[in-house]
Amino acid sequence: MTSHAPPAPPVQAPRPPAPSARRRAVRPPRWVLPLAGIVAATAAYLAFRGTATLPHDAEAAPFQLVNDVRAWVDANRNQSPVFLFFVNYVRLFVGGLYDLLHLALSAPGWTGLTGIAAGLGLLAGGWRIGLIAALGFGSFGVLGVWEASVATLALVLTAVLLSLAAGLPLGIWAGHSPRLRRLLDPVLDVMQIMPTFAYLAPMVLFFQIGPASAAVATMIYSIPPAIRITALAIGQISPTAVEASFSMGTTRGQTLRKVELPMARATIGLAVNQTIMMALSMVVIAALIAAPGLGSDIIRGLTRANVGVMLPAGLAIVVMAIVLDRVTTSAAARPPYGAARSRTASRARWVSAAAAALAGLALGRVLPAEFPSDWVLRLAGPVNEAVEAAKFSWYGVTEAIRNLTTEALLNPLQSVLTGAPWWLAAAVVLAVAWRAGGPRPAAVAVGCLLATALIGLWQHTMETLTTVLVAVALTLLIGVLLGIAAARSPWFAAVQRPLLDAAQTMPAFVYLLPALALFGATRFTAVFASVIYAVPPVIRLVEDGIRNVAPAAVEAARSCGSTGWQLLRKVRLPMARRAIMLAVNQGIVMTLAMVVVGGLVGAGGLGYDVVSGFSQRADFGMGFAAGAATVLLGIMLDRITQGADARPSLRTTT
Amino acid sequence: MRIAHRIRLLAGVLTLGLAAAGCGGATVDTGTGSAQPSAGAAGSSAPAGGGTVKIAINPWAGYEASAAVITHLLEEKLGYTVEKKELAEQVSWEGFETGDVDVIVENWGHADLKKTFIEEKKVAVEAGSTGNKGVIGWYIPKWMADEYPGITDYKNLNKYAELFKTSESGDKGQLLFGDPSYVSNEKAIIENLKLNYKVVVGGSEAALIESATQAQQQKKPLLFYFWDPHWLFNKVELARVNLPPYTDGCDADPKKVACDYAELDLDKIVSKKFAETGGKAYELVKNFSWTNEHQNAVANDITNNGMSAEDAAKKWVDANPTVWAAWIPK
Repeated sequence: MTSHAPPAPPVQAPRPPAPSARRRAVRPPRWVLPLAGIVAATAAYLAFRGTATLPHDAEAAPFQLVNDVRAWVDANRNQSPVFLFFVNYVRLFVGGLYDLLHLALSAPGWTGLTGIAAGLGLLAGGWRIGLIAALGFGSFGVLGVWEASVATLALVLTAVLLSLAAGLPLGIWAGHSPRLRRLLDPVLDVMQIMPTFAYLAPMVLFFQIGPASAAVATMIYSIPPAIRITALAIGQISPTAVEASFSMGTTRGQTLRKVELPMARATIGLAVNQTIMMALSMVVIAALIAAPGLGSDIIRGLTRANVGVMLPAGLAIVVMAIVLDRVTTSAAARPPYGAARSRTASRARWVSAAAAALAGLALGRVLPAEFPSDWVLRLAGPVNEAVEAAKFSWYGVTEAIRNLTTEALLNPLQSVLTGAPWWLAAAVVLAVAWRAGGPRPAAVAVGCLLATALIGLWQHTMETLTTVLVAVALTLLIGVLLGIAAARSPWFAAVQRPLLDAAQTMPAFVYLLPALALFGATRFTAVFASVIYAVPPVIRLVEDGIRNVAPAAVEAARSCGSTGWQLLRKVRLPMARRAIMLAVNQGIVMTLAMVVVGGLVGAGGLGYDVVSGFSQRADFGMGFAAGAATVLLGIMLDRITQGADARPSLRTTT
Repeated sequence: MRIAHRIRLLAGVLTLGLAAAGCGGATVDTGTGSAQPSAGAAGSSAPAGGGTVKIAINPWAGYEASAAVITHLLEEKLGYTVEKKELAEQVSWEGFETGDVDVIVENWGHADLKKTFIEEKKVAVEAGSTGNKGVIGWYIPKWMADEYPGITDYKNLNKYAELFKTSESGDKGQLLFGDPSYVSNEKAIIENLKLNYKVVVGGSEAALIESATQAQQQKKPLLFYFWDPHWLFNKVELARVNLPPYTDGCDADPKKVACDYAELDLDKIVSKKFAETGGKAYELVKNFSWTNEHQNAVANDITNNGMSAEDAAKKWVDANPTVWAAWIPK
């Protein structure tokens, strides 16, 4: 519904026109206030258009400041004690760990590693998981990216091990201490809203480029779920069990080891699983700072607009995600202590796992040490031909869609946002956020918006906001429609579900491929990619929301003679509003992350500043600031949309 | 190869231990395995005389062609392993300091980076010309030069700005740019010559090539950033826009540039460690020198004839033994 609203009034498009419940007591009809606001904002815009616009200045003082800091760090990296005794050691340690893991993974050869993976799969979840693991690892070779896959795996393991080493103890502590939780929550919030791009510049500043720096960046991204979910797991343990344990005279340590950890085991398994998934989704972006592995191939394809180069690497990342996901999920789901299983069965399992690993190692003696090149499926040629053919035959359609969206939505909205005085934009954000969430979120939202101006990036923030708003509007339009369709027709839902599953497993970058192939490098490409990235969770949330509307309410409405359409509009949608608002929030956070990545494919705005900050030393300061501005924009949008209801503390970010 | 790797790691772990024990703090080049230029270290122990050479790969086909031929010769003729690192131009230079990069095979000027990394930090050295002459410029399809009189003179560009308008450039003319990491004075030139144009970033070399091809086939107007040597000049007829000619030092201050690009003698840059311990690999890189035609042939095979960089390099090496024989160290 909300997404039908024309994007003309700035910032208001994604807001539902229905005001919150507590406003109903006010006397005038409820549309009066928003309408008055829109009229006032429009009038102010028309009167003051083009004044106080804060155009972009590539030489802004904050950028120079960051450049100076960088120059200082560069000059003092080998002198300052902070670097000599801390930062450089961290770099050495993480780099050493990466090398160690990379060596350990390369040592058994491709057959050996595949065998070991199969063995681990067998141990974790039986022969089916073992088979998935073996096929998955085998496919890295078939796709022709074995070496890169091993490097990626080593990088992911480095980041995950470090994340768990720090995250699990912190999580357990936070689970016991609500005070620590309150302290950690906002920090983790920011870490999760922060688009991954924003981490990279500080990493380069402190750790320079290379695997160590990439592993630390990945770790920052993957540590929040480790902490959050562990804290949740510990917090959920029934106090009676803990009480009982204490009453039998156990110490705290014993209680933790013998009662709490085993009881929280399944959920902590989920924490491990999520940490791995997050780390995996970061590897591509980390390639921008010289992380080895599959990401490098994807960057290579992106910078050459060559889908054939990207596809094998993209597929390998998806396969790796599926294998790691299945193995860790089934390991977590196993009953604790193997209590339910007989001793012989568990011994048989160990034996077969060891047999699989040994078989792999033994095969290494027979088969060549490098994956035989005859077995490699060469995709690049045919894929590029297919892309060319598609481009050629759909050229008219894709060009028309792109130009229509750009001319009808992006350009007008962008000229409104960049042409409006800054104070007007701030006032509109304040009004919208206040109405949606109350004074506190409104203050935060406006503060973030004004901060983007202070760091010299107002205009580019507005450009990025334009792309985000258009993408969110399209995402919600498509997501809500498909969600309703799925909720109404079980058949449609059944067809759609596996597609959504697949879409949610993919790393974000994979979505850039088809977008880039079809639309070239433009802002619309970023919009398109973010729509396909963000639509699946929106569909899910809307579908669940509508499904979960109390059947009694639906029955009652039906017995009053409502038609199907009335039922949807008057009963189901209003009652599912919470779920839909959550979908809006999720959609915005995901879209923002993707739009920024879209800077790589012509999206302009902040994303381009970040990309350019990596590649041109003179723009480092601007890139750094743009990373910060993206975070501010993210927090602003989050505060505006989360206000509709209390947000669940655990977020599902992919 | 694996033995070399193991030795490298061992060395890394040892230095780590020593550095920690020494209590002198760690500098960035206190090596871990990934930060050791290993060609020399491993060269003595591995029987094939091998070792690993880390070559930065910058994102354009000509660069890739040079890198592919050097890689082929290093691997097939001298028994080295080559690690290709997909990195932007300026980031590659930072790799000299961290040990992530041994060689940049085609450097376009970058006087500022030379000053920082060669003179001040002393982590890199020049390794001679590639033999390629490089020049960046603004181009239009030739049919436009025929149809619109005087369009190749920058003074007339504003008159024709209307022609180059697109949905991305708004009410200004569009100047299509390539990869964000490319050498660029575009913004300064536009501003200082008061041109009514906007730089639109296509994102890649491929985007430039595709637009140029379309501009010729469909007679679409296009003004774009491009460079020679490039095979595209053999496929699409292009005309260069004459900006105020380059004079010595006119591009000294990046904000005040109002002149065309200089013709550059493209050169190779290697890390200091590689120059000192790289042995035959370093010799080969230093000796490498070929013509623009050679590079265009390999780049054309990579981009247009569906060949992988390895295959294209092999084809060229097989066809031109006299050229590369001179590069192989005695």
